[in-house]
This record gives sequence, C-alpha cells and structure tokens, in this order.
Amino acid sequence: MENMNNDVLKISGLSAWFGSNQVLRNIAMNIGRNTVTSIMGPSGCGKSTFIRCINRMHDLTPGFRLSGSLVYEGTDIYGERVDPVALRRKIGMVFQQPNPFPRMSIFENVAVGLKLNGMKMPKSELAGRVEKSLRMAALWNEAKDHLSRPGTSLSGGQQQRLCIARALAVEPGILLMDEPCSALDPVSTGKIEELIEDLGEKYTIVVVTHNMQQAARISDFVAFFLMGDLIELDRSAKIFTNPSDKRTEEYITGRFG
Amino acid sequence: MAAPIGNIKDRLFERATAIFAAIVLGLTLLLFALLLRESLPALKKFGFSFVTGTTWDPVAETFGALPFIYGTLVTSVIALLIAVPLSVGAAVFINEFAPPWLKGPVAFLAELLAAIPSVIYGLWGVFVLVPLLRDHFMKPVTKLFGWVPLFKGPVYGPSMLAAGVLLAIMVVPFILSVSREVMATVPQRQKEAVLSLGGTQWEMIRIVIGQHCIPGIFGATILGLGRAIGETMAVTMLIGNRPDILFSIFQPGYSMAAVIANEFTEATGDLYMSALVAVGLVLFLITFAVNIAARLILKQLLARASRGI
Repeated sequence: MENMNNDVLKISGLSAWFGSNQVLRNIAMNIGRNTVTSIMGPSGCGKSTFIRCINRMHDLTPGFRLSGSLVYEGTDIYGERVDPVALRRKIGMVFQQPNPFPRMSIFENVAVGLKLNGMKMPKSELAGRVEKSLRMAALWNEAKDHLSRPGTSLSGGQQQRLCIARALAVEPGILLMDEPCSALDPVSTGKIEELIEDLGEKYTIVVVTHNMQQAARISDFVAFFLMGDLIELDRSAKIFTNPSDKRTEEYITGRFG
Repeated sequence: MAAPIGNIKDRLFERATAIFAAIVLGLTLLLFALLLRESLPALKKFGFSFVTGTTWDPVAETFGALPFIYGTLVTSVIALLIAVPLSVGAAVFINEFAPPWLKGPVAFLAELLAAIPSVIYGLWGVFVLVPLLRDHFMKPVTKLFGWVPLFKGPVYGPSMLAAGVLLAIMVVPFILSVSREVMATVPQRQKEAVLSLGGTQWEMIRIVIGQHCIPGIFGATILGLGRAIGETMAVTMLIGNRPDILFSIFQPGYSMAAVIANEFTEATGDLYMSALVAVGLVLFLITFAVNIAARLILKQLLARASRGI
C-alpha cells in the first residue's frame, strides 16, 4: 500500500540552527500519502522546530537558518522561486494553543483562509466549504445552530476543532499539528485523537506529541527524536513493541523523558 | 521595644502620604471651583448662549464662545485625521518590519518628539510649516479646487489647517507609543494562525490589528485628542486668531486655549475677564471628559487582555 513513489514529503539532510545553537541534525524522513506520522520525543528534542520547518514558519525568526532539502510533491520547499505564502496554503498547521480569531464568528473563523490573497467565491460555495470543513473537524453538530457566535465562545476542545476546521477549509495537502492536545482536558483530547485517526484516512498528517500513548493510538508511523537527532522512524506497532534502537526502547519503557 | 517607634513612624508616613494625595486632589477641585466662581458673571449674563453664541466682541461686551469651540474641534480633528494613520503605520513598521538595529533608534526619536517644548514647535511652524503649506499645498489646491467650500481662498498662511498639521506632529508620539504597546500584546500564535493559512505579512497585520488592536488604537486616538484640544502655544502661533466660524480649513480661526492666552492680559472689564475664564471652564470640561473616555476605553481593553481574549 505505501508504494515508495507515494511520498508526499521527502526530507533529507535537514539541519537547523537558532543562532549558533544547532537544534536539528541531519534529519532524513519521508512522509507517505494519507498516513498519520507522530513526531515523538522528550521536551527540547527539536520536534516543534522540525515541523515548523515544513511550512517555513521560521522564516520570520531572526537568527534561524537551515540546510538540507525538504521536497513537497516535487517542489523544493526552500527553493528560490517558492513563495512561502502559496506554500503555506498547501501545508496547513494546527497549534498547541487553540487560536481562533477573537472577534470573528465561528463561520468567519472557518472561512477566513478562503478569503485571503483576495480570493473570492460565491456565498453558497463559501457556506458549503465551511460546513464541509466543520463536518470533517467533527464540530458541525455542535456548532451548526450558532455559527454567528464568536469562535471564542466555544470550549477549549471545540476551539481546537474549530482551528482544525479552519486549517482544513483551504484544503491543504498536509496537515501539521504541533502538540494539538497539550492545552486540552482528557475528554477533549480523546475527541481530537479520534478526529486525527479519521482524518488520516484522507489526509497526510504530521503530529508532534510528547505523549507516547497518544502516538501509539493515532499514528501509522512514529519518528523518535532525541536532542535534535532522528533516532528511529518506523511503523507505530514496530516502534512500541520491538524498537531497533536502544534509546527508543529506553524512552518508551520510561527510563527517561 | 523598637516596635512602637516603628509603628509611629509607619503611621506618620501613612498620614504624610495621605496629605500629599489630598493636596493633589484638593488642587484639582480648587481649580475647578475657581474656574466656576470666576466664570459665573459671564455665565449668568449669557446663559447657555455663551457656548452657542457666535459673536465675540469685547468692545460691545458680547461674548459667545462658539468660534473658539469650533476652532479647537476643527484643528483637533485635522490633527487626528493626519496623526492616526501616520502613527499606526509607523507603529506597524517599527514593530513588524524594522530590522532590530533600527527599531530602538526610530522608536526613541519618534517618542523624543514629545519632549520638544511647544513654543519651539510654534516657531518652526511659523517659519517653516506655514510658508511650506501656503506655497506648495494651499495655493495650488485653491487654484484647482477653490470651488470646494472646504478649500476656499484667499490663502493667508496662518490657518486652521496649519495649526491642525502642526498639532498632528505633536500628538504622533503619544498615539505611536500606545499603538506600539497595544500591537506588542498580540499573542504570537494569532499571527502564526494567519501565516499558516497562507496569509501574506500584510494580511497578517491587517487581521491581527482588526482582531486585537482597534479598541487600543481608539483609546490612543482619544488620548491624542485630549492633547490636541488643550495645546495652547503652538496653536496660538499658527491658527490666525480670528474669532469667526469659517468652513474653509485654509481660513484663520481661533481656539479656546489661544483666546485665553492672547486676550488674558488685555481683558480690562470684569465681564471680559469672566468670559475668558468661562472659556477656560468649557475647555477644562471638554478635556476632562475626553480623558475620562480614554481611560475607560483603555481600562476595558486591559481587562479583556487579562482575560486572554
């Protein structure tokens, strides 16, 4: 099923620095189409830095630089002719903290990405896209009767699903999630995890987590990062039952981290 | 054993600070009471028509303050129309675009504008700004658009426009520094949300300002308005000092602060003096109201910010 040419994202030799501090070392990894890949590891191992390289979120960070190659669907992400704005439409992102826009309604929050870059679409089409996105984010049933209420009137977990709907609305090819549950209670976390599993059928998802159980529950593949190195990348079942590297084994058996 | 002495010292200190606070409060009240008492003769004589009357004629002892209220409001509005976009634009540049080495110096110099005495602004206005505006803006504009009532000639130079432009420069540092503070409170994750959806940097700034900064910028504007309304010296030197209500902003006008400054020394009659003090009372009440409004708006904003919205 995962034929080798069906990789959405190919990363090789990725190293990254903040000033003189190297945070990623020679990372190589391919991400297959319609898979969920968890980036797992202890705090400070470079997980977040890593996925923020994929949608060029570090572009505005002073002192950041990187080397190596990241290729998305045949396009070099850091290629000279690549417009980071156009690229980010293809590579969506959900953040640690739910971050809906406070003065926008639920509807407007989902629609906002569709109105960027001067894009316009008929009202009915817009409404359709908003509904579709909210359905995919499993928020439609809870939100359909009050789409005009502010996005911030929702609970934390609902806000995070709203942010997922907002990211899905622009129909990205990859969805990056940076510890999407770290600010949520267990019930909301469960819902988001379920959602990630469902979305994984049709979407390519890369999710950062420091929670091993979560990685085990939701992902097809798991990458284990330690101190800026990619230690091991394998099928989820393999990583958690029979890891190849001793350090992975030590981490999952709780000897550090 | 030392405790009682410490207690007494504490109590004395507390009393002393309470007295200082009372003095400050008392001064404000005393000022208001004095303004009220001294302006009573004029207010009694003219009643409400003091603020609606358009004739200011010391010889005939007819005093209507509307031309001054009008001049103050027009110059303040001109000042804000120029200063708000300028300050907000500069704030966006300094906060979002300026390279780090430029940020500090630009912000410092912009805010240094607030430290220049207003009489210096006035001198600069008389010798530089007025000729510049007269020859390169007002004259060409009247030639082309003189039929628009707002730009009707003849052009003298000293005018409500000149005073307004100078006021704009004077209030920029205030609006700029508050706008920068407001923009700096926007959570990074809100900016990243726009970028991650494929927004440009401009869209990021537009959305983030719309979502977070409008009340703060409004509060900053009101603060600037308070400054502009009360500014005396620079306006007196530029506005032309003519107590008429003229629609064209190229025409001279008169402001509340300016008339007090100019005519105080020559106010011979009791009623004349009382009328000038009454103008001061009106000015005091307006600036008071504007400042309270600004405080309330900023307070509300801060309360919202602390709720994490």
